Amino acid sequence: MSDTKIVDARDTFCPGPLMELITYMKQSNVGDTLELLSTDDGSGNDVPEWVDKAGHELVSNERVDGVWHIKVRKAK
Amino acid sequence: MKILVVGGGTGGTIVANNLARRLSAEIRARKVRLTMLSASDRHMYQPGLLYVAFGQMTPDQLYRDQASLLESNIDFHVDPAVTFDLDKRKVVTKSGKTHEYDILVMATGSRIVPEQIPGLAEGAHTFYSEEGALKMFRRLREIEEGTVAVVVGVPHKCPIAPVELIFSLHDYFKSRGIRDKIKIKYHYPIGRLHTIQNVAVWAKPEFERMGIEHETLFNVKEVDVENKIVRSEEGTETQYDMLIAIPPHRGMEAIEKNGLGDGGWIPTDRYKLTMNGHDNVYVLGDTTNLPVSKTGSAAHFQAEVVSENIASIVKIGIPVRDYDGKVYCFIEAGHDRATYAMFDYLNPPDLKSPSKPMHWFKMAYNQMYWTSVRGLL
Repeated sequence: MSDTKIVDARDTFCPGPLMELITYMKQSNVGDTLELLSTDDGSGNDVPEWVDKAGHELVSNERVDGVWHIKVRKAK
Repeated sequence: MKILVVGGGTGGTIVANNLARRLSAEIRARKVRLTMLSASDRHMYQPGLLYVAFGQMTPDQLYRDQASLLESNIDFHVDPAVTFDLDKRKVVTKSGKTHEYDILVMATGSRIVPEQIPGLAEGAHTFYSEEGALKMFRRLREIEEGTVAVVVGVPHKCPIAPVELIFSLHDYFKSRGIRDKIKIKYHYPIGRLHTIQNVAVWAKPEFERMGIEHETLFNVKEVDVENKIVRSEEGTETQYDMLIAIPPHRGMEAIEKNGLGDGGWIPTDRYKLTMNGHDNVYVLGDTTNLPVSKTGSAAHFQAEVVSENIASIVKIGIPVRDYDGKVYCFIEAGHDRATYAMFDYLNPPDLKSPSKPMHWFKMAYNQMYWTSVRGLL
């Protein structure tokens, strides 16, 4: 079981939270879990949409004090 | 006080020149020694590569001798850093020379790694190198009809480049009178046309006006060079006659080999621009792991903060300001119009309609860049 790696993409417009997550997913190993932090309103929908289409696993998705915490496990 | 700047690109050059002027008295009095290490004796204006790919500039116009851009009180060596010992505050270069430092500035930049995607290096054109840009221009001149597909690797330098490329392709084929015979198809990694929401909203009707086909949520998995098919991680594929890639990037090998950061990106404090856990190591430009655009513009604004803070540490013992995430990017909207995106950590870009004067300003900036890296602009 791997540790969860935090991807802090709060307060960023470019390259943006999802692009940051994809960058770190590419650097990770299958089975790794990443937790994306995002203040972008759209992340709650955009990120799960990509995770589903790319075939990874959405572990959790919640917004706490205006910050999205989205955990994703690399599946392939 | 020994200050060592590693990297002679936009960020490193601006930092070195800015420090050379701010600390000229201290350098003259031999209280400060300012050294720069670079891998090359030449400095390239990288944004010019897009113009080379469309025959609007020649490669020789992109270069200046690095030494000619530097203040005379900078001790400049063409001798890239190979080994970093942050505990002992030493850097060893390719030639075997050891440089000790009190303050280190890491501005080593990034590199393209098309080989990370099977078939991409063989099957795709790119304008992220001089050789690639020239090859791409030759192919653009030859093609008479068919599908030109654009794909985007992650992460990549200059996030605005994919959109600029599309506008340039449209105008180029129009000027050759073959636009109606060329299908341009744009593929983008996330679920909209550009990562910046305002750019995506602006680009959509523009793409529709130009007849650009587009597919989002397309991360390149592989290129079947023989059959001219590019496939995505998401399970789709596109047949092409010419494939153009914004290639994926990594940080420099020396960063990875020394264990300074995954992917070659150094973990950096987003406000102080210091390496996490090392307050005497400053990091800027593409080298950081910050969620900030990998552009010369970001490097420029970061360089001003880094040099002002280092000079203040020398003079009064403490840094004076934080980096606010500022980036300013020109956006070429074809061959005769442009706009820009300016933003920071808290304020999104407010995109204006493209105009000819903004394009002329970009043309002027292509020359003004040399003033900029001298730290004068």
